[in-house]
Amino acid sequence: MIIIRLFLLTTTLWCLSGTAISQDKIHAFAGATVYPIEGETIQNGVVLFQNGKILAVGAMGSVTIPSDAVRIDLPGKIIMPGIVDTHSHIGGGSGGDASSALNPDVRILDAINIRDDTFKKALAGGITTVNVMPGSGHLMSGQTAYLKLRPANRIEDMLFCSDPLNDICGGMKMANGTNSMRDKPFPGTRAKSAAMVRQLYVKAQDYRSKIAAAKGDPEKMPKRDLEMEALVQVLEGKRIVQHHTHRSDDILTVLRLAKEFGFRVVLHHVSEGALVAKEIAEAKAPCSIIVIDSPGGKLEAVNLAYETGAILEKAGVDVAFHTDDGITDSRLFLRSAAFAVRAGMTKPKALEGLTLAGARMLDLDKRVGSLAPGKDADFAILSGDPLSVYTHVEQTWVEGQKVWDRANPEDRKYAVGGFQVFRESSSGDMCDGGAE
Amino acid sequence: MSMRRFNPTLTLPLVRGRPGWGVLYAMLLFSSSLHAQLAIKGETVYTMVGTPITDGVVLIKGSKIDRVDRASAVTIPAGYKVMNAKVVTPGLIDARSVVGLSGMYNYAHDQGQLEKSDPMQPELRAIDAYNPREQLVEWLRNLGVTTLHTGHAPGALASGTTIVVKTVGNTVNEALIDSTGMVAFTLGESVSNNFKSPGTRSKAVAMMRTDFLKAKEYLNNRKNKDQEKRPATDLKMEMLARVLTGEVKALITAHQATEIMAALRLQKEFGFTMVLDGAAEAYLVLDEIKKSGVPVILHPTMMRHYGDARNISFETAAKLKQAGILFAIQGGYEGYVPKTRVVLYEAAVAAANGLSFNDALAAITLNPARILGLDKRIGSLEAGKDADVVLFDGDPFEYTSHVCGVVVNGNVVRETCK
Repeated sequence: MIIIRLFLLTTTLWCLSGTAISQDKIHAFAGATVYPIEGETIQNGVVLFQNGKILAVGAMGSVTIPSDAVRIDLPGKIIMPGIVDTHSHIGGGSGGDASSALNPDVRILDAINIRDDTFKKALAGGITTVNVMPGSGHLMSGQTAYLKLRPANRIEDMLFCSDPLNDICGGMKMANGTNSMRDKPFPGTRAKSAAMVRQLYVKAQDYRSKIAAAKGDPEKMPKRDLEMEALVQVLEGKRIVQHHTHRSDDILTVLRLAKEFGFRVVLHHVSEGALVAKEIAEAKAPCSIIVIDSPGGKLEAVNLAYETGAILEKAGVDVAFHTDDGITDSRLFLRSAAFAVRAGMTKPKALEGLTLAGARMLDLDKRVGSLAPGKDADFAILSGDPLSVYTHVEQTWVEGQKVWDRANPEDRKYAVGGFQVFRESSSGDMCDGGAE
Repeated sequence: MSMRRFNPTLTLPLVRGRPGWGVLYAMLLFSSSLHAQLAIKGETVYTMVGTPITDGVVLIKGSKIDRVDRASAVTIPAGYKVMNAKVVTPGLIDARSVVGLSGMYNYAHDQGQLEKSDPMQPELRAIDAYNPREQLVEWLRNLGVTTLHTGHAPGALASGTTIVVKTVGNTVNEALIDSTGMVAFTLGESVSNNFKSPGTRSKAVAMMRTDFLKAKEYLNNRKNKDQEKRPATDLKMEMLARVLTGEVKALITAHQATEIMAALRLQKEFGFTMVLDGAAEAYLVLDEIKKSGVPVILHPTMMRHYGDARNISFETAAKLKQAGILFAIQGGYEGYVPKTRVVLYEAAVAAANGLSFNDALAAITLNPARILGLDKRIGSLEAGKDADVVLFDGDPFEYTSHVCGVVVNGNVVRETCK
């Protein structure tokens, strides 16, 4: 009996050390400028963390570093929360196929290659939390996956949720406008696009009514339907719709459908958001925007402007950014916020857009997005001002572990590229019209 | 390609003899002189020749720079419009673009940068395809780009010619600096993706050599004393012959080291004047490029790593500099989003990855002017040069700085910050 107990104990310890190395000791970052996102910037700050969680954040002196803590001095550096990318295509996965325009049953988590080196690009950009989306070539291309970029051997190691069969592990990717207009069985017009979506949600409402009517009686429950089950989660506000939309009229269509069916929605890309900022604010719809160097490339993006973030912020909209990697490069994600500031967004809101605002849009703001006691010990350590072109991400930490370090040549190569650094091409989703 | 070809009778065959050209030309000169009594004061003036001037001033008369000096040494004449900036640089030059042939909408009829009916069509002229009203031209101009080396895209063995234009003008003729900049050649996978043949690297090189040999023969036969025996004019052969004689440069896009070496071999065999374009894997063959004396128009720093360019690095610009190779940084060609890149931003990322500030700025000003053979006219702030000037409210490479003024040919084309 004792032997068995000892065995169990050892196994437990081994399992713990597998996910967290020497996390029993308190770690202290000392001397850096800390951007906690919630609260003022702290000069000469201290961040204490242990077992993957933040214990304390404050100015040197106001936070006491225990004498037995592992102290890491970072003078001249910047510490910000691990960056949250609300919309990315890293991991080489894809969602629904050409057989249907509506694929609520399809899960991107079943298709992600956790060894794909695009994950290294994200880490090199200081990104620790990612909403990996299936492409936007469908009205509904499938369930997205909220990932923490932990060292992993299987997708389950990266998920925020603990049980993909019962938990909400991501959002529902939807799209409107031209990306999802194709030959049958896809819609050919905008009105048809909306009609097909409405029909499906009406069906899901009916399915939900049947479940309610069954009052838990297994005999009376409707037959299991993977599509309907996912959509009931959407109708109940548990699974957020992550909606690709560019043109102002398409944005309003999304808001109209969200109101009709009462689902929670995050608007993505929002190229013409400035034209309907008031309507977006009234609908309290958060926006995850993309920042592109020049407009065009597709008809819906010809009015894309650096000012979108500033205009939405002024209208009172919650604004986050995304890479849409490979449309923009995960390694250079900080520049999205910098361009928004260039065009009038405030610096605090722009930095929030890289972190906490994104976390809110993924329902993960209790776990990530700011430096506060109890939150995950995810950090991006920078060489300088987050908005400066000359700044490099020097280290990326996930749940108390250093997972990327520019000082290590094996890590650094992913930050700069070079001969045979990337096995996978960055073009994937871009070429089949899936992304953006 | 050179100053001499700016003579309208040589560059602008379409215009030659048209009544009223002289009048129009005079009007243009007159109208620019109306606006161009300018003094641009900068806390730092990067002339690109010698050390930057602290508290400098650029005096502009008509379409040309009159004087560049310390402000304390200059009395600004009465009646001059005075503009102030933190930082003043020469107008930026995009060393390799397709803007104006490739439009922002990205549907078939605004994409004129690549004709796919035949892999070898050097005779396709960029002047016949450039749209000076393309909105991306304005977009780039507002971000400080005053000169574009634009034209046919990579993707064919020879896709056509390039031109050099200022980012102003209602017609291509008004915009033009050089009507036949270079002929755009490509070696690489992209050619095989666009055409049934060449399907392999060696076939591509064989096809190029065959056509250059034909052009050599054509050149000789055209010189035949017996007029009867001279071949009929063949536009394709004419253009390749102009490359062979060195009149027009060969711009060869090659990304992988294998293709870069093949391009250098072709240059050696036929002796043409070559510019290496793209050059993603240049860092593998720096010595060979240096030895060849061929300048490089490097891919956009932030270009996506895929296809021929799968091995690109942010640090190649710094390595080219270290190796002593003359290079410029380009905006390049994009098939999707963003529809064009902005050389200012591409140079900025190079500056953040090992290239010095001055060298990054040179890569989008004086270096491209040299590679294009136009450094007597553009690329630096010096008396007698074109009055192309950009005003910034901070470090030009910082994302949060703004372009707050753009002057092209002495005309103020933008005075608000972007």
